[in-house]
Order: sequence, then C-alpha cells, then structure tokens
Amino acid sequence: MIVAEPKPIKEILEMVSDFSKILVVGCKGCVTVCNVGGSKEVSILASTLKIARKKNGQGIEVGEYTLERQCDPEYVDEIRDIISDYEAVISIACGVGPQFLSEKYPGSRIFPGVNTKFMGGAEEHGIWSERCAGCGTCVVHYFGGLCPIARCSKSLLNGPCGGSSSGKCEISQEVDCIWDVIVRKMMEQGRLDELIEFKPPKSWVTARDGGPRRMIREDLVK
Amino acid sequence: MSEYKSGSTLEKVLKAGHFAFTGECGPPQGANVEHLREKAGHLKGFVDAVNVTDNQTAVVRMSSWAASVILLQEGLEPNFQMVCRDRNRLAIQSDILGVYVMGIRNMLCLSGDHQKFGNHPDAKNVFDIDSMQLIHTVKTMRDEGKFLNGQEVDVPPKLFIGAASNPFAEPFDFRVYRLAKKIAAGADFVQTQCIYNMDRFREFMKKAVDMGLHEKCYILAGVTPMKSVGMALYMSKQVPGMEVPDSLIKRLRGAGKGKVAEEGIRYALEQIEEFKEMEGVAGVHLMAIEWEHRVPEIAERAGVLPRPTF
Repeated sequence: MIVAEPKPIKEILEMVSDFSKILVVGCKGCVTVCNVGGSKEVSILASTLKIARKKNGQGIEVGEYTLERQCDPEYVDEIRDIISDYEAVISIACGVGPQFLSEKYPGSRIFPGVNTKFMGGAEEHGIWSERCAGCGTCVVHYFGGLCPIARCSKSLLNGPCGGSSSGKCEISQEVDCIWDVIVRKMMEQGRLDELIEFKPPKSWVTARDGGPRRMIREDLVK
Repeated sequence: MSEYKSGSTLEKVLKAGHFAFTGECGPPQGANVEHLREKAGHLKGFVDAVNVTDNQTAVVRMSSWAASVILLQEGLEPNFQMVCRDRNRLAIQSDILGVYVMGIRNMLCLSGDHQKFGNHPDAKNVFDIDSMQLIHTVKTMRDEGKFLNGQEVDVPPKLFIGAASNPFAEPFDFRVYRLAKKIAAGADFVQTQCIYNMDRFREFMKKAVDMGLHEKCYILAGVTPMKSVGMALYMSKQVPGMEVPDSLIKRLRGAGKGKVAEEGIRYALEQIEEFKEMEGVAGVHLMAIEWEHRVPEIAERAGVLPRPTF
C-alpha cells in the first residue's frame, strides 16, 4: 500500500488560516488501511480544526466526506455538488488525491493533509516500512526476493558496501542492511554463484528518471 | 605499445614486484590550495601514489580531480578517488575522460559514504551505478574503448583501476567473494579498509590467496596509525565497518601520557613488517589522516625508503 502520515496540525491550520468553510476529504484506499486518511481520521481532523479555531476565537465550518478512492475520477465526481459550498478542501489521501481533486475542480483550493511516505507494508500494527521504489522493472528474484533498490540506502545492485555492521546499515542502527539479509539468505540456499555474478548498470528509463510515467492498457481502453 | 595498462608509477612499482607504499591526502574544505600543496609536499618522495579523497564522509571539499591535478603540479602521483554518490553515468564517464587528459593515471572506484553522515544531509543522492559497475565502466572504456551505451570512445582513457575492500564489514564470510567480484569486474589493485584486527585480516588474506586473488590483482593493506585513545574509541564505535580490538585500545591506554601517538606508530610499524612477509599482500596503503607530516618518519622507520623510481 501507499503509506502516509498526518501533517502536523499546526501546518494544516496555517495552510487554511484564511478560510472559514473547509471540506475534509478522506479516502477508503491505502490511507484507510494505514490509519491516516479514512473516515475515522476525517472526523478526527474535522473536530481538531474546529476546536483549534474556536480556541483562537475564529469560527469555522468543517464538512466531512470520505470517497471510495481519490485516485479514480468517477469517485472524485461524487463531491461535485458539495465542493462549491466550501472555500477550501483538505485531502487526507496520498499525494494522488489532492492532485485528482485539483484537476477535477480547477476552481477550488485544495490542500494536502498528509505526507505521503512510501510504498510498503505493515511489519506489525503501527509499524510500516518501505518495500518498493517503483522502478518499473522488478528484479527482486535476483536478490532472494528482496529489493536492494528500495531497501539499500545506496540502491546497490552488487552489494553489500563496507558500511554493513551487525546486520544494520551505516546510516542508522534503525535501518536493516538488506544486503546482509540477501547475502545470508542466498548463501543458505546455496546460491553463492548467483550472488557473485556481476549485475550490470540498471536502466532507469522505466523509473521516474525516464520522466513522469503513464501507462496505457490497450485491452482496457474503450 | 606499452606493456602497462596505464603506465602509472604505482602500476610500475607493483609490476616490478616492489612492495608498494601509497599515501592519502584529503582536499581542503575551501579553495585553500596552499594548505593542500603543503600537506601533499610532506608525502613527496615517500610514497608511490597519493589517494585524493572525493568528498569523503560526504563533507564538501575541493573536487578530487582538481586536487589530483594540484598534486601532479607538485610532482606527486595522485590516485584519484571517485564515488557514485554524487554523479550519474554521464558525469562519471566524462570525469573519467577529463582526469585522464589532465594526466591522472590511477583511479579508485568507490560507492561513497551516504550523505546522511556529512555536512549536507538534505542532499539528494545519485547512486545511478554502484562501485562494482564503476570499476567495470572504467575497464570497458579503457580496454574495449566503449562507453556504457556501447558507443566508441575516441581515444580511450588508460587508467590503473583501483577498488576498496573492507575485510571487517559484515557479512564477513562474503567479503572475500566481494573482493573476487571486484577483481572480475576489472580492479587492477585493491586498497583495504584500515586494518587493526590482524587475526581477522590474516584469515581474510588466507582465503584470498587460496582463491588465487593475489595473482589477479595487487592487494594493498590499509594502515592508519592511531594518534590517541580518543581516536581509537571513535574508530571503534563511530566508524561503520571498522573493527578495533580491545587489546589495541588497552595497549594505547597503557602507553602513558604523551606516548600514545608513538605507541600508535609502533603498532602500525609492526603491522607493516608483517604485511611485508604476508602472502598475497603487495604493499601498504598508509592513511595518516591529517598527519601527513609524520609520513616521512613512518616510511623511514618502516624501511620502505627509498621509493623506486622509473
């Protein structure tokens, strides 16, 4: 899933300080799963905004709406009738949400309520970590099913570097050295030969480096 | 045609079977060229080549190629270091050509310390290619006269290709294979991380010799004399992939006030003596960090003078 975290409330209050009618829009996709942008969080943010503004002696009207997904135009359409009632919109979907809203409703002021972090998963409840860098050409099968592009701090394809220590990355004791895991796993599986094989420079043309990406599935296009 | 790959002094020294002795010099954090000339001056005549670090520990310094050219002007042979952190493959290949035409003949290929350590932690890193691929890039440009895209290089750069090896990083069992991989990728010589744990290094070298790696590549053992107990503790605790045995820290502590640096040098000299006899070790890379003025004395006491000339 796409993992996000809430923006500090202070930052959100500053962003919308000029507005007194605000719509908070959530998303039932990834951000609901990672407890940051679902209907529950929409309510919490709406209440927090009201309390904070009341404390400052400023009135505010906050509407709440949670879309099935903010990354599909037909769902984004659902708020067409109500969005013009508000001076500003706070989207608490991933970074795709505020952009789909901005594109669909060019006359509205749209603000992001969360910071989008990465593509990853939940290690356990409340702990998420990155797994995919979206390079566009998956190579995890060469590395014991683990991705050094997303998970090695230097994206080394021929690691590990000299900074690997006690299974941790040189950048932080909090970060596992994925190459340590890859090497141990491959050696245990008797696949040292594959590990010793030189991996040539990767083509980044399918990654963000090749420019903003777009995908057309002919079989699905009407 | 020359029988040499690059014709650098370092290559000639190693090929002739001499025990190589290389030094290191970090460029200044500014345009203080006089300071650089002064530091480098201490090394002249005492080492075969001088490693010129490339924004080491991710701290911005005068570019390694420019500092390497200054060393050439001073009559020293640079070992130009290049890291993959700050350049993509376009910049890498153009810098390889650039340094060659400026007269640089040795190049050490590194991944580079992560910028998180340095003085610009907000920077975006590159890591388009890694150190292994960098070694291979230089070799392909030199020996096949081809860029990474397969296009022909109009006059290939003839560089003596260096790589680093850290026998002390984990996973330890894989380190010798990683060295083998670097040699297969094109490394002509290897300089190791600073060695303090001799037992572990002996074990590493035995494996390397058993695999015949010393016959395919010149292995230079990394030596950094400890200046103080504080430095030893810092190296032990703060520098990733560095292993400092407690026995060495104890020995330095026992040296007594004002004598720790001398004890550090003595330990380094004992190491060098052993490396001279150790199978597979072709020389020593002395990284006397901000201690360049002590290099002549260390070289003298290590019995590696005079350096061969060609």
